[in-house]
Amino acid sequence: MDFGKLFELIIAASVINNFVFTRFLGLCIFFGVTKKMDTAVGMSITFTAVMMISAALSWVVFKYIMIPLDITFLKIIIFIGVVAAFVQSADTIMRKVSPGMYFKLGVYLALITTNCIIIAVPLINAGEGYNFIESLAFGLGSGLGFALALVIMASIREKLELADVPRPFRGLPISFITAALIALAFTGFSGLITL
Amino acid sequence: MIKQRSNWELIKNGIFGENTIFRMAISLCPSIAVTTGIRNAFYMGIAVIFVQVMVNVSVSAIRKIIHPRIRIPIFMLIIAGWVSVIDMTMAAFARPAYKEIGLYIQLIVAFASIFARAEVFASKNKMTSSAMDGLGMGIGFLVALVLIGFFRELLGKGALWGMPIIHSKPMLIMIMPTGGFFAVGFLMAFFNWIDIKFFGGKGASGV
Repeated sequence: MDFGKLFELIIAASVINNFVFTRFLGLCIFFGVTKKMDTAVGMSITFTAVMMISAALSWVVFKYIMIPLDITFLKIIIFIGVVAAFVQSADTIMRKVSPGMYFKLGVYLALITTNCIIIAVPLINAGEGYNFIESLAFGLGSGLGFALALVIMASIREKLELADVPRPFRGLPISFITAALIALAFTGFSGLITL
Repeated sequence: MIKQRSNWELIKNGIFGENTIFRMAISLCPSIAVTTGIRNAFYMGIAVIFVQVMVNVSVSAIRKIIHPRIRIPIFMLIIAGWVSVIDMTMAAFARPAYKEIGLYIQLIVAFASIFARAEVFASKNKMTSSAMDGLGMGIGFLVALVLIGFFRELLGKGALWGMPIIHSKPMLIMIMPTGGFFAVGFLMAFFNWIDIKFFGGKGASGV
């Protein structure tokens, strides 16, 4: 196992090809939950966990069911089925096993089902032909990158509440412009590692 | 309860009243990802129109058969099916554009707007009005994407649809990832400003 390559993969997925700022996925969640720090942190934890597990599950399904049966053209339908089924079962199990955690994070779990990042990770894994460990690393890196983006944005927006923003810019427009400035900062990471 | 509206009103509602990107502020991902040029934005819009209309028609057609409790998985399956159709069609007939926006075409499956229209409108209305509603929503989306793409391509590359218009690149930043956020933010603020200035609206939109 080449740990250097895995490390590169994680860094590349989390910072250089950050899902929010260079691939523009998960923007609805990104703008939706970053009003408060608490929700942003809760979302990040749930998200990273779900992302890794669904990457692993869909890798297994892709490798051992879809390729042997030659039905890779159905990947959109199957991946969304796998992810939705997993999220639903995680929801049920969590409610039964640890109600405390469910009370904290259950809301986010319900939001995740139809999120573009969660579907994008299996699709990219399948497209790039990553092996099992690489898929996990990619899922982890993407989750960390998303968490980073959420936390940065939430801390800025909490400060922004106090600012006197011109009326047409209030609400979403100013958030977009803030995101643009963060994205500009993230461009600095490009070229850090060449894969 | 939604009162019966004429087809033209339904289409107009999708384009102006409930414009997916500028008014509802959902399905924002492609508004930045595919708008580096008008061509990509246009193809994306066409794909969304197709999926939205077909999903609305299918959901409306089977709305009396499906049990309300299992409607969500069924809607997901219908959406995923139609997205696969447009995905393969685009891969076959629009090769150069598909290379750039292929991933986002596949991700139409996770669009909040398509699901929302199926749930809110198509599962309660007749097939023709559902089709018209889908068409309106889709056109509204296409217009918004092309508008963003127009500014980004003109300012970033000095070109439209790949053809050079002005022989310089006034603002190279617009073509970069960060420019997408800027363009959407300023356009949203502009529409808010119009709303406040001329129609006496509240201004603050979305989220």
